[in-house]
Amino acid sequence: MPVIRKKEKKEIGQISTSSLPDIVFMILFFFMVSTSMKETELVVKFKAPQATEIQKLENKALASYIYVGPPVESLQAKFGSAPQIQLNNSFSSPQEIGRFIASERDLLNEADRNKMTVCLKADKDTRMGIITDIKQELRKAEAYKISYAASKAAGNLK
Amino acid sequence: MAKKTPEINASSMADVAFLLLIFFLVATTMDIDSGLNRVLPPWSEKQTEAPDIKERNLLLVHVNKYDQIAVQGEMLTIGQLKDRAKEWVLNTSDDPNLPEKKTEKIDLIGEYPVSQGVISLQNDRGTSYEMYIKVQNELTRAFNEIRDELSRANFGRPFADLDKVQQDAIADAVPMKISEAEPQNIK
Repeated sequence: MPVIRKKEKKEIGQISTSSLPDIVFMILFFFMVSTSMKETELVVKFKAPQATEIQKLENKALASYIYVGPPVESLQAKFGSAPQIQLNNSFSSPQEIGRFIASERDLLNEADRNKMTVCLKADKDTRMGIITDIKQELRKAEAYKISYAASKAAGNLK
Repeated sequence: MAKKTPEINASSMADVAFLLLIFFLVATTMDIDSGLNRVLPPWSEKQTEAPDIKERNLLLVHVNKYDQIAVQGEMLTIGQLKDRAKEWVLNTSDDPNLPEKKTEKIDLIGEYPVSQGVISLQNDRGTSYEMYIKVQNELTRAFNEIRDELSRANFGRPFADLDKVQQDAIADAVPMKISEAEPQNIK
């Protein structure tokens, strides 16, 4: 005769949370090591073009950033939607690049100054006119090393 | 009598850690900067005359404002560009119209005919940046493939797996000569 067992009421013990801080600290350290601080607030939006032969930037500390693209939506009413150059945190004209490069160079050690790289982050729909202007200004400012930011393309470009 | 240290209540440790974690999540970025590295030519005030390069050693690549590519005046698609550039740089048949080669002694490789060819890239102000990067990418790819082939022939490994000294040797044998011309308007 089958014995119908009464279901026992299982007591669920309290989950120990004493290791929770350890886990959270572990995640915290992971993020501290693998990320870097945001230095600029973007006022232009850009989508980098894709490329397959990209190289990583050798040293982030030696890089200066120039962003090019249309202003973000919230600023389009004020600045229009034509591509703009962003240096530090604001819109700039190409003529200001010389001063920007000089100030960035001053922040570096004497030994590292010729290794300074300008990372040009431009929107893929920008026209080359504005890029050419930037390149000319960089040549005048003696910042010859340039990196055209691009994202890794999967497979071949068509 | 030994003093008893009261135990510290650690239950808020998790909260503190979470707070720090959220701070770091918000205030940092994770993206790795990568791109195509180039070196710009030095600036000179006066209009410089074209550097003395023989015609056979110069491959002119034009990109116009409609994003069309012309190599030595001949229209090409982006897909054809890499092979065209590679063929031109390698000049396997020693064609007198293709770039000349100068035999140089290079460490680890020995005597190697180094191509003297320079690829000159000219673009219009109306060219899109995306196309410009694509063209730059294809030209880089041509050189990278040549380097890779040489590396496999000499060291039996792809270029990326070589050590620094070997990579430098290959780079000496196959210099990546892509020149960015003075801006001008082209049709």
